[in-house]
Amino acid sequence: MSQQKNPIMGWIDDRLPVTVTYEKHMSKYYAPKNFNFWYFFGVLSMIMLVNQILTGIWLTMNFTPSADGAFASVEYIMRDVQWGWLLRYMHSTGATFFFIAIYLHMMRALLYGSYQKPRELIWLFGMGIYLALMAEAFMGYVLPWGQMSYWGAQVIISLFGAIPVIGDDLTTWIRGDFLISGATLNRFFALHVIAVPLVIVALVVLHLLALHEVGSNNPDGVDIKKHKDENGVPLDGIPFHPFYTVHDMVGIVVFLMVFCSVMFFFPMGGGFMLEYANFEPANGLKTPEHIAPVWYFGAFYTILRAIPHKLTGVIAMGAAIAILFVLPWLDKSPVKSIRYKGIISKTLIPVFGVAFAILTWLGTQPSSGEFLHLINNTTLARWLTAFYFGYFLLMPFYTRMEKTKPVPERVTGGH
Amino acid sequence: MKKVIALFALMASSLSYAAGGGIHLDEHKTDLADTASLQRGAQTFMNYCMGCHSLEHGRFNRTAKDLDIPEELMQENLNLANKRFGDLMTIAMRKEDSKRWFGATPPDLTLVARVRGGSGDWLYTYLRSFYEDTSRPWGVNNAAFKDVGMPHVLAGLQGVQKKGCAPVSTGYDSLTGTEIMVDSCELAEPREVLYLAEEGQLTPKEYDNLVYDLVNFLVYIAEPIALERQRLGWWVLLFLVIFLVPVYLLNKEYWKDIH
Repeated sequence: MSQQKNPIMGWIDDRLPVTVTYEKHMSKYYAPKNFNFWYFFGVLSMIMLVNQILTGIWLTMNFTPSADGAFASVEYIMRDVQWGWLLRYMHSTGATFFFIAIYLHMMRALLYGSYQKPRELIWLFGMGIYLALMAEAFMGYVLPWGQMSYWGAQVIISLFGAIPVIGDDLTTWIRGDFLISGATLNRFFALHVIAVPLVIVALVVLHLLALHEVGSNNPDGVDIKKHKDENGVPLDGIPFHPFYTVHDMVGIVVFLMVFCSVMFFFPMGGGFMLEYANFEPANGLKTPEHIAPVWYFGAFYTILRAIPHKLTGVIAMGAAIAILFVLPWLDKSPVKSIRYKGIISKTLIPVFGVAFAILTWLGTQPSSGEFLHLINNTTLARWLTAFYFGYFLLMPFYTRMEKTKPVPERVTGGH
Repeated sequence: MKKVIALFALMASSLSYAAGGGIHLDEHKTDLADTASLQRGAQTFMNYCMGCHSLEHGRFNRTAKDLDIPEELMQENLNLANKRFGDLMTIAMRKEDSKRWFGATPPDLTLVARVRGGSGDWLYTYLRSFYEDTSRPWGVNNAAFKDVGMPHVLAGLQGVQKKGCAPVSTGYDSLTGTEIMVDSCELAEPREVLYLAEEGQLTPKEYDNLVYDLVNFLVYIAEPIALERQRLGWWVLLFLVIFLVPVYLLNKEYWKDIH
């Protein structure tokens, strides 16, 4: 491309580094050739981000951000706006699939040690995205102004009230009122459609810049830059474009098949994506029987509920998220990938995945219930909370202690 | 991958418990393609329910179009408040007034099927579970909605149900094939059941059919686009399946030399 530039590209390149940038991030960005299934979820998260932004723009055109108008305007979009129902379902289903993609993307990092040196900043930016995404999703869920919007917001915002001294004033400041009201809805609308998306997009850019600076990890956790050919191209690397663009397309189409199957045939997701109670307009005088957050907050909500003391619960929930930020410094293993880690990590990483899934599930269920008719939900929640923290807090010890396997010089398996 | 599968398996297993409220729900085999049923349901709704309950997110013209009801028929026979054809299906009774009169505002029912578990089961059970209870202001209670504030508007059609001991079917005799009826209070797990004490204008079967149609209509009005959504969904999936072929082959072609 750079050898025989057409004059227009040459003119532009002299003024804006288009070709250089394209080569750095696409055609001459060398990615390991042994990516597997887990490596689809980064690009799938991007697809969902674009989906949320585009459908969101069109939804704002007909949404009324006021306590009187919000609920009816959502139904107006669902019924009277041309294709409004599709935009709304793409957006609501998109939220769920965004989180599915993000969680699997994070699980990938856990499996292959993608957060380890020198990729700590990538992980930190990623965690920033995750945090911003949770705020974004929470505020977005308030906007339709149904019962669960209202009472979910009530529960979440009241958590800040547990903070000593400033708690009460802080909740009033967040709500912009003494109770959840149109003022809260309006500011959440502003934050949801402008402030937080800007932060997310900026963090995604940083996430990718940091990634492309150090290069992608791979399922073997070996550094492909150690072995380069005479042109300085890693022997185990292939240009991102076209190889991974055509490869990702397959993943994207399959993902869209799943996405569309849910969106077109189960848009309520069995009450997990659009909760039943949220089809009733917000009513501050009538508390729903069972207030449950949307599924993607389930794990942290379970940790909050597992602890009988409110402030301690809030601290535990905050700590559960905060501890993820320091993960790169907790893992002392000399190897990155689960493939070469010792038996303890090999066991604990998948168990952690399952534990997180169960914690997520418990967050959507009443705490008085029983899990698979075997164990009381609260008891299980406490055990899993202990495991969650134990997994991270003991990581510096067991990752150092366990006997690792030798890491190969070059990537294995290939494609 | 395993995590996702596990998550979905868990989700699926919970669905049967969602939004039940304890009582066993009779299944409503919703059929949104049964236009005649939807028309009858709309008719019942407009005549019996709309005095108190609005459908404030739906419009007369959209409903008429979806249900194949000609404009004149809709305007003359179903739009009883003489609203304009393109109007929302609101009612004249103001919310503040009904709150004062009844103690609670009769809720808007546009989305009631979605509120009640996203299907017709709860409504189908509820509308057939009123029983006589003289301690209540309207003289009726409901097995699916304890101490409900609503009178049994369809009592004239259904008749009067009472709650108590009554014969229930426990299966069929294996020799004669006749149904075995046992008093519900003499079962291993004694319970009170609802039974028809006074007949109404309709037979129990006819009443069930009427409620079936009404609930069918309520499921429709909760999401008028449902049928079109599914129809479009198949086309989109078909496109993706076909699109997957060149995408897959392109990927294979590019990667054939990478080892």
